[in-house]
Amino acid sequence: MDQLSGGEMLIRALHDEGVEILFGYPGGAVLHIYDAIFHQDKVEHILVRHEQAATHAADGYARATGKPGVVLVTSGPGATNAVTGIATAYMDSIPMIIISGQVESRMIGTDGFQETDMVGISRPVVKHSFMVREAKDIPGIVKKAFHIATTGRPGPVVIDIPKDATDPKVKQDYEYPKEVKLRSYAVPAKGHSGQIKKAVDALLTAKRPMIYTGGGVIQGEGSDQLTKLTKKLGFPITNTLMGLGAYPASDKQFLGMLGMHGTYEANMAMHYCDVLLGIGVRFDDRVTNSDTSKFCPDATILHVDIDPASISKTVTADVPIVGAVATVLEEMTDQIGKSDKAVDKQALEVWWNQIEQWREKDCLNIRPSEDGVILPQQVVKAVYEITKGEAYVSSDVGQHQMFAAQYYGFEKPRRWINSGGLGTMGFGFPAAMGVQFAFPDAISVCITGEGSFLMNQQEFATCMQYQLPVKIICLNNQALGMVKQWQDMQYGGRYSHSTYAESLPDFSKLAEAYGHVGIKIEKADELYSKLEEAFALKDKLVFVDVLVDPNEHVYPMAIKGGAMKDMVLSKTERT
Amino acid sequence: MRHIISVLMENEPGALSRVVGLFSQRNYNIDSLTVAPTEDQSLSRLTLTTSGDDARVEQITKHLNKIIDVVKLVDLTEGAHIERELMLIKVKAVGAQRAEVKRSVDIFRGQIVDLTANVFTIQLAGTGDKLDAFIAALGDNVVLEVARTGVSGISRGEKTLAL
Repeated sequence: MDQLSGGEMLIRALHDEGVEILFGYPGGAVLHIYDAIFHQDKVEHILVRHEQAATHAADGYARATGKPGVVLVTSGPGATNAVTGIATAYMDSIPMIIISGQVESRMIGTDGFQETDMVGISRPVVKHSFMVREAKDIPGIVKKAFHIATTGRPGPVVIDIPKDATDPKVKQDYEYPKEVKLRSYAVPAKGHSGQIKKAVDALLTAKRPMIYTGGGVIQGEGSDQLTKLTKKLGFPITNTLMGLGAYPASDKQFLGMLGMHGTYEANMAMHYCDVLLGIGVRFDDRVTNSDTSKFCPDATILHVDIDPASISKTVTADVPIVGAVATVLEEMTDQIGKSDKAVDKQALEVWWNQIEQWREKDCLNIRPSEDGVILPQQVVKAVYEITKGEAYVSSDVGQHQMFAAQYYGFEKPRRWINSGGLGTMGFGFPAAMGVQFAFPDAISVCITGEGSFLMNQQEFATCMQYQLPVKIICLNNQALGMVKQWQDMQYGGRYSHSTYAESLPDFSKLAEAYGHVGIKIEKADELYSKLEEAFALKDKLVFVDVLVDPNEHVYPMAIKGGAMKDMVLSKTERT
Repeated sequence: MRHIISVLMENEPGALSRVVGLFSQRNYNIDSLTVAPTEDQSLSRLTLTTSGDDARVEQITKHLNKIIDVVKLVDLTEGAHIERELMLIKVKAVGAQRAEVKRSVDIFRGQIVDLTANVFTIQLAGTGDKLDAFIAALGDNVVLEVARTGVSGISRGEKTLAL
């Protein structure tokens, strides 16, 4: 049995857990751990330039691979800087392990230098947290932390380690536990067959069925099962912002994204459906439009989720099914095959005819401007075409995020990397780094806005250090576009603190200052050629600064307080 | 409606703050809270009273169950149960008042557990209503200090909350 210090145990345990990469930033309380990292080559450490970026990079890695992201930060400000990234992962149920240094045990509670109560400060945004008391507990805690973070509804787990627990002078026997014993934590596996039967009966008697799926299908690796079930039934399907890619966007049964900026046809079909099958979704306010009493007024609601607390939280489920999405969908498909009932084909045809009429509205139609001004939607479409829909696309938060979600058709799960729940600006760029570390040969694009990008621009340096060829497509409208859009629509066009055109940097020069490539695009006729040029530079980070129409809005847009059928469709049209 | 929820949880540092934090985080009420280790030193039993409609209480129990430190819980108000609260109360007792207070204590089946020339300290157990009624019966200007434990409870019959 090896004799290891606490710091060495931690790194060895990460290796034994299969961790290949961790994102971090050193500081006083974790120096013993960093020395342990120095002495090994099994776990690669990536030095970011801000702890928040470490969490987002780990998050991007986790979303793209399905494996937990791992973060190492020091105590105090290192830990607090990580909190936004932890909350981001928590809201989107992303498996993540955050190891934070802590002051020495004897100093805890004395307001020591760089002391903060990390377990306390992170409590509302973690699935669980551990405070290490003694070095010998480290392997067991790491094992439990990974188990909790990656099973059931995944989420971030914090391990706070006082500096003395990693003391290199104190060595002890190391053994990594083979299994986890947690009497208070059980993971629901299969759904209840009786409940699934009830759902199947409802689906097979539906006249106007609708399938609505979210991030749970992606996290639960249920994409294949979902596609199989949906094809078998022939029902229309929509994905939430978090669920894009779970069902191929190019398929005719796919109605596009739903919700606040969802398509006309998806939102209309939601409103008028008579049976709604929600899978791995949480009926959040960006879908239901806050007044849940107007939500799907005629529908029997079937809700599949691994988290019982998500069921009937905002919208009461008529048939709740708690279980892992993939297994529930499999059983559902099986039961449909064996049922004495069958899909009401006639009713379904009438329903599809109605949906096709809604579809004819072509709500995402792009009307290019005549004066050569670039529309943000055109940029996303061009990126989609040039990358052949194969890229990993991360985004920040705001108009560009919605344009990316609407116009980049995701065919596969885990390709769309965005902060849907917390809505964290500054997420996209470090997340794209995490994706690129996971898949060095893939195209990792960050579709961002100039406002969001400025929140984590320091990661240019990380990308140079590790030669990451991330492509950044900045839809530069010289304003906080979504804020400005709301100010246009609800505040009489009073742009209170949402514009700053005169103080923006020259982004291409900024990229060049770090040794990267900067490309500026100002006219619509050079959009394709310059984007192609950017993506042709396979080994380089390219920042593409695209000057887009500053007056463009995201449509459709839900009307506040309305039902899902109530939408603004353009600056002059509403439903 | 008022609910009494009893929770068995790991007797670990931080476990209590997770439970209490959940309530403030999700805007749930806690009317009273009592917690102590059980006969199994690795477990604490926490009993809290809260209020809300069925949907809200269902969410509360689901979210409590999600806390990793929570091992098991029961909503005692769903079935027949016994609830008790302990009160220690200090009252003014001078002259004729002493006999008057003593009588009230006897009627409510309390005990005087400490006294001075001017003050009685009384122990009284019962439901919250009974304790309220006792305080009301004492009348104005008598009560000097009240220490109540909050509700503890257990289900009737053979049902148990145990591992």
